Amino acid sequence: MARAVKSQRKVLNTGLAWTIGLVIFFPILWTILTSFKTEAEAIASPPIFLNFSWTLENYAVVQERSDYMRFLINSVIIAGGSTVLGVIVAVPAAWSMAFVPSARTKDILLWMLSTKMLPAVGVLYPIYLLFIRLGILDSRVGLVIVVMLINLPIIVWMLYTYFREIPGEILEAARMDGAGLREEILYVLTPMAVPGIASTLLLNFILAWNEAFWTLNLTAAKAAPLTAFIASYSSPEGLFYAKLSAASTMAIAPILILGWFSQKQLVRGLTFGAVK
Amino acid sequence: MATQHSRSAARLMMTPAVVLLLGWMLVPLLMTLWFSFRRYLPLRGGDLGWAGFDNYVRFVTSSAFWPSVQTTLILVGGVLAITIALGVLLALLLDQPMWGQGVVRILVIAPFFVMPTVSALVWKNMFMDPVNGLLAHLWRFFGAEPVAWLTDVPLASIVLIVSWQWLPFATLILLTAVQSLDSEQLEAAEMDGARPLSRFAHIILPHLGRAITIVVLIQTIFLLSIFAEIFVTTGGAFGTRTLTYLIFQRVLESQNVGLGSAGGVYAIILANIVAIFLMRIVGKNLDR
Repeated sequence: MARAVKSQRKVLNTGLAWTIGLVIFFPILWTILTSFKTEAEAIASPPIFLNFSWTLENYAVVQERSDYMRFLINSVIIAGGSTVLGVIVAVPAAWSMAFVPSARTKDILLWMLSTKMLPAVGVLYPIYLLFIRLGILDSRVGLVIVVMLINLPIIVWMLYTYFREIPGEILEAARMDGAGLREEILYVLTPMAVPGIASTLLLNFILAWNEAFWTLNLTAAKAAPLTAFIASYSSPEGLFYAKLSAASTMAIAPILILGWFSQKQLVRGLTFGAVK
Repeated sequence: MATQHSRSAARLMMTPAVVLLLGWMLVPLLMTLWFSFRRYLPLRGGDLGWAGFDNYVRFVTSSAFWPSVQTTLILVGGVLAITIALGVLLALLLDQPMWGQGVVRILVIAPFFVMPTVSALVWKNMFMDPVNGLLAHLWRFFGAEPVAWLTDVPLASIVLIVSWQWLPFATLILLTAVQSLDSEQLEAAEMDGARPLSRFAHIILPHLGRAITIVVLIQTIFLLSIFAEIFVTTGGAFGTRTLTYLIFQRVLESQNVGLGSAGGVYAIILANIVAIFLMRIVGKNLDR
């Protein structure tokens, strides 16, 4: 009897959750479907859901007309470069804060996070001006630096959280066995730190890929990544729904897949391990 | 435990990160502060000298200022309220036994990974367009007049778009917290005859307190500086101009750097007031 009630509830839960899930996912699904339609089918009234003639034409047109590859490469370089550079700067910092904490460690960590609260728009013009002076406006180098800096506090925090979870006993045991600093780092700590570093890389790549304020304001033609490329569709040309959809699908697909793989780390990373 | 040697090594290892962030914070901040006291019009003569507090007074007394503050608060508050309320409900639902839980989770969190420019454009054109948008088709199907979302109810539309983007984040964090709930305590309460609503109010909600503060913290940081969604959808028209967007317009569109910088200083002060409150909470969590 109780069993029947239970399985009935399970059916109900499943139905409700799937309905809500599909409603939330629908805009993405609709975009992907539309990207395979012709323009006429994309704006057909009433809307066509699945019974259209699938075509890859939009993808070809988007690539041909606006050189999608160049924007993609810019996105990869900016997101990848800023993430790698950020981790190189952040690993030693987080490392020393986690393993050689001092009275001021917590203050430094909070101060770092507070730089994240600096409203970008408040300092846009100075950065704009500096970039002109340095000749790095609309350049990948400039954006790599800016995106690295805006994500640096989060990288440090994430790595700090992960490093702190490495048990100190293991380190002490290694020291008792006569391991020097080099052995300690190479053979004991690194293998335990790699998963944390990998999650940090992943999450920051996602954040950097989707960063829109600085990429929109500091790039024009040469270094514009996909965020800016898509924004160019807000012009009347964007009324071509099928092409807009193809471009959008190409811009979000890589990161959507990465994101799904890293959902567990996402929670820990974005909440600095405060929610478990 | 830490020796003098390891301490100085640690300090050395921290230096690059600290110096970079200090530079990132101080250099533009000081420049903004400097510009805010100048009459600086790049396209109309450049730096025209000292302005005192003129820019500050003009920014606050301009007719666009208070509406922009109001818009900012409605946007941030609205999105927070929607994402947290729905996030809690969705997290509780997703915690129940069901088939295909993993897949549903993937569907629900997907919007978080969609670029802000993409989500704004997709919503604007394919859903909210009064002629071809899917919502217009839906309205017509039920015999109603389609809504011109972004001109008739622009702020609500943007709140909807932004909530769609952030609901996954809230749900994911809250779900993680729900899963760590002590089920024995809940069962005991159920045995004692506590009704679902009172179980929710007295056990579940307090347990989620910490997760909710974290969601508020992170989302507030990001929502205060919402930009791309407004840039792509309304361009700040129809009362959707947030403080961030107003400053952007002053600095880049009307090229009044002095005035925009004064606005920037206000935005920084506002963000820091919010930050002080939020940091206290995070600081407490650190002490655990």
